[in-house]
Amino acid sequence: MSAYTVAFYALSLLTLLSAWVVATSRNIVYSGFAMIFTFLGVAGLYILLAADFLAAMQVLVYVGGITVVILFAIMLTRGIEDPTSSNPVMNRPASALAASGVLAMLLVLIFNTDWRLRQTAPLEPGEGISGDLGELFLGKYLLPFEVVSVLLLAALIGAVIIARRETRGDDEGGAA
Amino acid sequence: MIGITHFLVVGALLFTLGLYTVLSRRNAIAILMGIELILNAGALNFASFAHFVEGGIEGVVFSVFVIVLAAAEAAVAMAIVLAIYQNLKNIQADTLDAMQG
Repeated sequence: MSAYTVAFYALSLLTLLSAWVVATSRNIVYSGFAMIFTFLGVAGLYILLAADFLAAMQVLVYVGGITVVILFAIMLTRGIEDPTSSNPVMNRPASALAASGVLAMLLVLIFNTDWRLRQTAPLEPGEGISGDLGELFLGKYLLPFEVVSVLLLAALIGAVIIARRETRGDDEGGAA
Repeated sequence: MIGITHFLVVGALLFTLGLYTVLSRRNAIAILMGIELILNAGALNFASFAHFVEGGIEGVVFSVFVIVLAAAEAAVAMAIVLAIYQNLKNIQADTLDAMQG
């Protein structure tokens, strides 16, 4: 087995095991911390796919940003008062049935589709595509890039406005 | 030899776990974690196609867009969850029916 194969299976195992903890843990704090390892595993898989810039973004935005936001939200709400039931589950059989049905469909599609693979060998990890990526962002995909920047700005302003709303001492408004 | 199907199967399993999280959790924050897993699975598939399927590396471009949209979604969703918690002292998704009439 080559080092690439070993790395692929190790990273997949890390990703899927920690995603399993996210999906099934009874304690929402464990779910939140397991998510960090899921995101790190996916970042490693991006490196195996020669997408080095994507791996850096994954670590910066997901591991450094989104998990911190989610952990703050867990701690600012009532979730961690009772660790044994902070993350209740409902409709477990129906959810498992629906999810495994979707998984079966996806697997059938994955193995029955004739992917038009590259004739040349794919990039090796470490060759790097950041230069090509930058040219695409500031060339062919300039308009989506700018639109996404405006969307991010609007979303952040909206988040600040929603979160700043003062409702203290306004019980009737909250109950209505 | 690790091919495209290996990465797609990992993406499909990650998507399934995220879907199960979204469907089975009551806590709104846990549902958001499931959504993040689903978005990660989608971005992983885009990157796999960029790497293995013929054509350019546009898949990586769309993975970056997915990551940006996930960041925006997480920020707005957390603001909404905290606003709901301030008002109703509750973030169990199945009991938030104040707007049901």
